[in-house]
Amino acid sequence: MSRTTSLTTARETRAPSSARPGSSEDGLSDDGAPRRTAHRAGPRRPVSTLTRTSGLGLGVTMLWFSLLVLVPLAAVVATAAAGGPAEFWRAVTTEQTLHAIRLTVLAATAVTCLNVVAGTAIAWVLVRDSFPGKRALEVVIDVPFALPTIVAGLVLLSLYGSSSPLGLHWANTPWSVYLAFAFVTLPFVVRTVQPVLAELDADVEEAAASLGASRTTTFRRIVLPSIAPAIAAGAALSFARGMGEYGSLVLLSGNLPFTSEVASVRILSSIENDNLAGAAAVATVLLLVSLAVIGVLDVVQRRVARRG
Amino acid sequence: MGESRRRPFTYVLRCAVVGYLLLLVVWPLVLVVTHAFEGGAGTVLGLFAEPGTLAALRLTALAAVLATAINLVFGVAISLVLVRVQFPGKRILSALVDLPLAVSPVVVGLALMLVYSGRTGWFGPTLESWGLTVIFSTPGIVMATAFVSLPLVVREVVPVLHEIGTEQEQAAASLGASGTQTFWRITLPSIKWAVVYGVVLTLARSLGEFGAVKVVSGNVLGQTRTATLAVEEMYLNFDQQGAYAIAFLLASVSVLAILIVSVLRSRAERTERKATP
Repeated sequence: MSRTTSLTTARETRAPSSARPGSSEDGLSDDGAPRRTAHRAGPRRPVSTLTRTSGLGLGVTMLWFSLLVLVPLAAVVATAAAGGPAEFWRAVTTEQTLHAIRLTVLAATAVTCLNVVAGTAIAWVLVRDSFPGKRALEVVIDVPFALPTIVAGLVLLSLYGSSSPLGLHWANTPWSVYLAFAFVTLPFVVRTVQPVLAELDADVEEAAASLGASRTTTFRRIVLPSIAPAIAAGAALSFARGMGEYGSLVLLSGNLPFTSEVASVRILSSIENDNLAGAAAVATVLLLVSLAVIGVLDVVQRRVARRG
Repeated sequence: MGESRRRPFTYVLRCAVVGYLLLLVVWPLVLVVTHAFEGGAGTVLGLFAEPGTLAALRLTALAAVLATAINLVFGVAISLVLVRVQFPGKRILSALVDLPLAVSPVVVGLALMLVYSGRTGWFGPTLESWGLTVIFSTPGIVMATAFVSLPLVVREVVPVLHEIGTEQEQAAASLGASGTQTFWRITLPSIKWAVVYGVVLTLARSLGEFGAVKVVSGNVLGQTRTATLAVEEMYLNFDQQGAYAIAFLLASVSVLAILIVSVLRSRAERTERKATP
């Protein structure tokens, strides 16, 4: 997770033929593989270089990936669709479910906005500032990612629960949802922005400053455009994580209907009441959000690739 | 550039960031540690000797190790396929591999249940007739754990595979090395550290999985109750001491995992800097 270069920088070479059309002339794709059928298939079409071994590898991994991920997720959508659109609509628009979805979307959006600002600031401090204890801060950023979610809930409860030394009794209130989301999504923007910021050339900023640009102008015109795709990728991941968060809320939010109940908790109580169709309907809504986020990530990665 | 001009802003930003992280992460984490040891270290050790707790810890360790092993093999294989091979549908596959990061654990649990439940699932009844129970049993827990931690190895290995390129592999092949030889002697040594990071992160994530496991496990004490489920159960049954103790253990393992990765990474960066002055 940490230093997630795969998100924004390294994956950019994955579609070399479409990213750099000129390279097709030398008969080699950018990753060096000979392109035997390139000219026959047309230079811009993806070319298959499957051999017997790699084909077998692809087949086995695809089989496992399908059995573990694709078929089960398809089953969710199929179960939700089985009763027809009217049934689906009824299941996701009951008052309680609607309230849960609304709270989840609201909290995930608010926390994502918070992360865009705070995450960028944290990444900036980690890259550009130096002070004793910075290494420790690096580790602190990764803690929410590696910490078991149920422990995360317990951890937050110790400072913001009923025995809070700060006097902040946020447990069982809607605030607990915002708090838990902020905790578990902390690393995403930081870890996507940090590597991009580290690679950014300070020369350009210094040139801008020497030409009289204010710090705000330099940030807005020079730094921000370069890190914007990374921020977008981090924000998308953070939003998705918030939308689906469950573990950290179990102990913290009390799961009170119409107060602190989120979409995941709705799904779980439907499962426990043996209402799998209802659970699948809400799950499909969450799944669509996840797919949209994955789509955003893909587009952002390709954008970065084209520019680089 | 104007150091003096930038100073106050730098300090304000630094303090804001440190303060935010203290309030959100560090202070609560410290409180959990102190809560865990409120009754003294002896009580904590006594809690771990309880058979129910031990069984939960053993199940969590088993599921995490199996899921990590599966994701290690699968992760390296799919990274190689995604980076080194061109095939139609590659872009979709490469995007879909990230999907488990974006899907709610509860949805993961539900999805597995809809397919593998012995009663109503798509494949479940057939598997059951072969004598394989997936849901409410260990295989389901392993699958749920493998699902949620699936992209971690891939995300570490793919960028490194891109970076190292194929020159050495091609040289080896032109000197007559077989595909297997090239993989073991050339490719694997150069992605070794990425694989290690991926495995450590996968292990940390697997040990802590909660939502997906809760749906598929059935939460039977001594059989399908994992450590994270035990934390919830104990806390809700007012056994706060026990909950804090297991939470402390899980938290230490995950923090240890991050520390290992962080130390290895900074060492790798240092040697890299030495190699290219």
